[in-house]
Amino acid sequence: MAAEDLPSEFDVVILGTGLAESVVAAACSRVGQRVLHLDRRSYYAANWASFTFNGLLTWIQQHQEESPPEEVQDWSGQLEEGDELIYLSNSDPASIRNLQVFCYASEEDEEEEADSPGPPDTTEEEEEEAVKETSETESADSKDEERTHQAVHIEGEEPEADQPRPSAAPSQSQPTRKKISYAQLVKEGRRFNIDLVSKVMYSRGSLVDLLIKSNVSRYAEFKNVTRILTYRHGNVEQVPCSRADVFASRQLSVVEKRKLMRFLTSCVEETEEHQAYSGRPYVEFLRDQQLGDNLQHFLLHSIAMVTEDTPTEQGLASTRHFLRCLGRYGNTPFLFPVYGLGEIPQCFCRMSAVFGGIYCLRHSLLCLLLDTPSNSCKAVIDSRGQRISCSHVVLEDGYVPANRKRVALPPRFVSRAILITDSSVLPSESEQQVSVVTVPPIAAGCPAVRMVELSPSTMTCIPGTHLVHLTCQSVGSAYEDLSPVVTRMFHTPESPDRGSRPSVLWCLYFNMADGWGAEPDGHDLPSNVFLCSGPDAALGHDHAIRQAESIFQKILPEEDFCPPAPNPEDIIYDGDNGSSSTAGGLEEREEEREEEREEECEEEKEVLEDASPPAEE
Amino acid sequence: MLSACLLAELCVFNHFKCLSYYICHVILMFCSAACHFVYLPNPCDFLLLFQRSEGVWDDEALQLTQQLLSSNPDFATLWNYRREILMHLETVKDEDEVQKIYEAELLFLESCLKVNPKSYGSWHHRGWVSARLPRPDWARELSLCDRCLSLDDRNFHCWDYRRMVVKISGVPVDQELAFTDRLIGSNFSNYSSWHYRSTLLPLLHPESPEPPSPCHEPPQTSPPPSPQTHSHRVCEEQLLKEYELVQNAFFTDPNDQSAWFYYRWLLGRAEREEMISCVYVSRDEERVAVAFSRPVNAQSVGLLLVLDGQPQRVEWRSVHPRFKHSPVWICDLPPGTINDISNEHNLTVHWTEKHTHRDCALYTGRTESWCRDSATDQELFRSELSVEKTSVLQSELQSVNQLQELEPLNKWCLLTIILLMRALDPLGYEKETLAHFQTLKEVDSMRSAYYSDLCSKFMIENTILKMEYAEVRVFSISDKNLTTLCHLDQLLLVTHINLSSNQLQQLPPQFAMLQCLEVLEADNNSIENLEGVYHLPKLEEVLLKNNKISTLADLQPLASCPKLKRLDLRGNPVAQTPNVESELVELLPSVTDLLL
Repeated sequence: MAAEDLPSEFDVVILGTGLAESVVAAACSRVGQRVLHLDRRSYYAANWASFTFNGLLTWIQQHQEESPPEEVQDWSGQLEEGDELIYLSNSDPASIRNLQVFCYASEEDEEEEADSPGPPDTTEEEEEEAVKETSETESADSKDEERTHQAVHIEGEEPEADQPRPSAAPSQSQPTRKKISYAQLVKEGRRFNIDLVSKVMYSRGSLVDLLIKSNVSRYAEFKNVTRILTYRHGNVEQVPCSRADVFASRQLSVVEKRKLMRFLTSCVEETEEHQAYSGRPYVEFLRDQQLGDNLQHFLLHSIAMVTEDTPTEQGLASTRHFLRCLGRYGNTPFLFPVYGLGEIPQCFCRMSAVFGGIYCLRHSLLCLLLDTPSNSCKAVIDSRGQRISCSHVVLEDGYVPANRKRVALPPRFVSRAILITDSSVLPSESEQQVSVVTVPPIAAGCPAVRMVELSPSTMTCIPGTHLVHLTCQSVGSAYEDLSPVVTRMFHTPESPDRGSRPSVLWCLYFNMADGWGAEPDGHDLPSNVFLCSGPDAALGHDHAIRQAESIFQKILPEEDFCPPAPNPEDIIYDGDNGSSSTAGGLEEREEEREEEREEECEEEKEVLEDASPPAEE
Repeated sequence: MLSACLLAELCVFNHFKCLSYYICHVILMFCSAACHFVYLPNPCDFLLLFQRSEGVWDDEALQLTQQLLSSNPDFATLWNYRREILMHLETVKDEDEVQKIYEAELLFLESCLKVNPKSYGSWHHRGWVSARLPRPDWARELSLCDRCLSLDDRNFHCWDYRRMVVKISGVPVDQELAFTDRLIGSNFSNYSSWHYRSTLLPLLHPESPEPPSPCHEPPQTSPPPSPQTHSHRVCEEQLLKEYELVQNAFFTDPNDQSAWFYYRWLLGRAEREEMISCVYVSRDEERVAVAFSRPVNAQSVGLLLVLDGQPQRVEWRSVHPRFKHSPVWICDLPPGTINDISNEHNLTVHWTEKHTHRDCALYTGRTESWCRDSATDQELFRSELSVEKTSVLQSELQSVNQLQELEPLNKWCLLTIILLMRALDPLGYEKETLAHFQTLKEVDSMRSAYYSDLCSKFMIENTILKMEYAEVRVFSISDKNLTTLCHLDQLLLVTHINLSSNQLQQLPPQFAMLQCLEVLEADNNSIENLEGVYHLPKLEEVLLKNNKISTLADLQPLASCPKLKRLDLRGNPVAQTPNVESELVELLPSVTDLLL
C-alpha cells in the first residue's frame, strides 16, 4: 500500500481475512457497500491460510516468538464529545499453541539402497530429533538451519566429485527411487501449499452452493476427493460409498453389497423406523439393521463420520448429507480446491475487490470509536492513526480485547498435525489420489481422527511426496492426541517396525482454537460490531458460511446475499450514456478491476460448474 | 417470407437455375435484415445449395458450409456438399496439403460435436474423413472417443465411431476388454459396454474344443453333430470370472436390467443347429412328415425323399398355408407306393443344403413308422441356458436365491431363478417355478400376460418331458392355466391331446403340426378360433364344450379333416344360432355324432 491515506469514510470496515470475514466483504461489496478490508498479517486468510514450506517455517517462527508488548497509545485526541474508545488487541497469542516440529528427512540427498535392512535413521537424526523435542529450540532458527543444510550439502558434494547429478533434479526418473531430503523440501518449498486448517468441501454444502451462486467459483479450480479410506484392524481400507465403489469393492461379499446399497437407498427417506430410534445411539440403529461389522464400521465412522454415542437422528442426518453430496462431481461427496484451502477466502476477497472493496495487509485497527448514547461504533482508528468513519465493523474474534469477550466455557481446541510423507497410506495404480481417511478412536478415551491425504495433483506438495493433514478435537496437546496415530499409520523412528508404511519426512503438530466454541453473540461490544470466529473442527465449511450470512443479514437485512456476479464477457458497455444506472456503473467498475486482476492472476482457472457435468440423476 | 424461401429451395432442387439464382438474391437482400428479428433459415443455405448444383468446389464454399454447419451440424446436404469439395481438392492438391486440409476438418468436426454430440452428420463425416486421411492418427481418435464417452457413456454414435476406429487401427482385443472393464467400473448401467464385452470375450477366450479327445482325428470323422453344438462360447475359466463380475453388479443394484441381460447371455448358449429331428411315415395316408429342429423353408432348401433307393418326385408343403417357414413339412407319395401292408420300405430324407439325411424303415404289418430324436434325448428345453456343469449352475442358483432372500420382490431375480431351475431340473423344480411365477405376476402386473405365456410354455415343456418318459402318445395338460400353445412341432406323433380347463383363446395354425391327432379334447377354454384344426388326416373326435365359438365360419377349418365323426359344441354361442344343425350337416358331412 502506498503511504497515501485511505478514504476517511466507509460503509463496512472488516478486520481479518478469514473465510467468514472475506465472504462478508464480498457480499457487502457486491451490493454496492464501500468496504475496507484489513489484516494485520502479511498474508491473506488468517488461520485459514495456506503456506509454502518456507512460509510455514516463518509462520512457526512467528508463533514461537514472544509477541512484543502492545504499546497503548492514547487516541483521546480523536474523540468527540460523548465518545468512548475500545482498544483492539493486535496479537492473537491464544489461537495457536503447542507447536512441535519434527524432521525425519535426511539432511542431504542420498540414494536409497535397494534393500536396506534396518530403518535408515542415523544417530545424527536421532540427535537432531532429540534437539527438536523441545519446541523452543527448534525452528527458532529455521533460517539458520536452512543455511547449515546448504553448507552441509556443499560439503557433501566436495569429497564425492563423481556425483554429477545436481540435487535439484527430482524430475529425472532414476531406477532407484531418490529419497527426498530436507534440503530439497526447502529448495522446492515454493511448490507446497500447506493449509493451517484441514477441510474438504461437501459438493452440496453451503460453501459450494455459495461459490456457484455468487460466481466466485470462477476464481478457483477444484479436484475431486477420489476416495474415502478408513483405518481398521491396523489396515487402511477403501470405503465403498458410491454405487461404482460398491460394485468394484473387493472386500465386501455380494450379500454385504446388497445390504449396504439397500441401507443407503433406504436411509435417504425418513421412515417410521428411523423415528422409533430417535434419541437412541446411531450405532444401536445400525446394529439392528443386521449389517455386519464391516458395514457398521463404514457407515458409522466413514459415511456418517460420527461417534459411537451420536444419536440416531443426527447420524442419519449426516449420512443423508453425505449421500446427497455423492455423485454431483464424482464418486465421492467431496471437492478440494487446487492450491489449497487458503485459496477460498482469497477468492471472496477478490470478488470484493472487483466490486470496489479496498484491501490493505499489514494494516490494522487500533481502536473503535463508540458513540455512547446509541452504543454503536461510528468510526475506527487504523494503525496509522487515521480516523475512518463507518457504519458497520466486522472483526475476527482474535482482535477483541479479552475484557470484552464473553468466555463462558473453557476454550476448545483442535489438534492438528501436518505431515510430509514419501508415499500414500494406500498405494494404488494412480499416484494422484486425494483421500479422506477416517481413523476411529484407537483406544478408549482417544478422539476420532480425520485425515486428509493430498497428492501432488492438488498442487499442494512436490512430486514424490504426499501432504497429510490430521485433525481431531483436542483432548491433550496435538502431539499427545495425534502422534499415536502417526506412529501406527506411518513410519517414523518411533515406529516399532518399518513395514510398508509411508515414511514421514517432516511433521508439525499444533493446536488451534476451535471456532465452533466461540460465541458470535453476547460480547460486550457495540451493536454494529460483529464477530467472526476462526476455523472450526468440522470437515465442511458450513459454520463459517452460516456465520457470514447471518452477519450480512444483520448489516443489510434487505439485500440479497451474494447474487451472481455478471461474467466479464456479458457486460455491455454504455460509454455514451453518462447517466448510467447504479448497476451499470458497478458493472463498468467491475470490468476494469476484472482486467487488472486478470493480469495478476497467474493461472487461468476452471469455473466450478464446468469442472464436471452434474450427474444428478 | 417463409414461402419465398421454400420456393427458392424447390427451385434449386428442380434445377431451375436461373430462377432460383434470382430468387436467392432477392431473398438474401431482405432475409439478412429479417433474420435479426425472427428465426428463419439462413439465406446462405440457398445460395450454397445453388452453388452445389452448379458444381462450385472452391475454398469459399468450404468456408460457407463450415459457418453454417458449425451452428447446425445436422444439415446432411451441406455435409455432402463438403465431401464433394474435399474430394475435388484431393485431386488438385498434393498429399501434405490434403493431410492439412483433413486435419483442419477434424478440428472443425470437434467443434461441431461440442454443439451436438449426438449429431449423425458430424459423426458420419468424421468417419469419412478419418478413413481418407493420408496419415491418420488413430490414437488421437481413440482419446477423442474416450473423452466423449466419459461425458456421456451411452452416446451410441460415439460407440459406433469407436468400433470403426478400433477395427481399422487394429487395437488388440485384450485392450478393448480392459476398456469395457473401465467403463463398467465407473457405471455398470451401460448396455453398450456389456454388449461390447459379449462380442470380445469369445474372441479372447474361446471355449476349448469340448471333449478333450485323446487322438487327433480329422474333423470330418469327429463326433457326430450333437444337438448342442457351440454350447458355450467362452471358456469355462473366464465364464466363472464373468459370473462373479455380473453378480457384483446385480447385487449392488438388482433393479438395473443391463447386468441381468448380460447374465442371461452368459448363461445362455447358441442356437441349435438346423437338422432333421424326425421322419414319420404313414401307410394309410401314404404320407411322409419331416420335422426340423428349426423352422425352414423346405421348398428352397432341397429336401430329397428316397424310397427304397428310388428318388421320389414329391411336392413338399408346410402344414398350413400360412407358413413359408415351418419346422414340419409333409408330402404325399404317389398313390399305391406303400399301401401294401405286406411290404417293407426304407425311406431316406436327404437335406442337401446341410448334407445330412435321416433314415426310416416301415416294416411289414405296420401302418406307420418314425425315426427321431426325442425331446429328452436332445435336452431340448434346457436350451435356454447353457449346459454348464450342473455344479456351476447349482452355485449360481444358490447365490441368486441368496439375493432373492434379500430382495423377495425383485422381478429380475425371480425370473433368473426360474431360468436356472429350468436348466437344472425342470420337473423337480416345477412347484417352485409355479410359485415364483405367481409372485412375478403380482409384483410386475404390467407384464402378467407375458409371465402367463412363459409359464404356459414351461408347463408344456414339462408335460412333453413327462410324456416322453412315459413313452406314450397322449398329451394331457388340463387345468394348468395355459394361455398359449407352443412346441407343437414336438407333438407330431401325438394321437390324443387333452387341453381342457385352461385359458386358451385359439388353436393357432401351428396346431396343424399334430399330424397323427385322433382325439382333441379342449373343453372349458375360451377358444374362439379353430384355424389350426386344418387338414388333420386322422382326426375323429373334437370336444369343444364351453368355449366361445360364435359363428359357423369359425368352424370352417374342421371341414378339411376328412375323418371327423364326433363334435361337441355344447355351451358355445354358435349352438344358439338358428338352423345351426342343418348347416353343420352340410358343412361337415362326415360328422355322425353332433352335440349342440
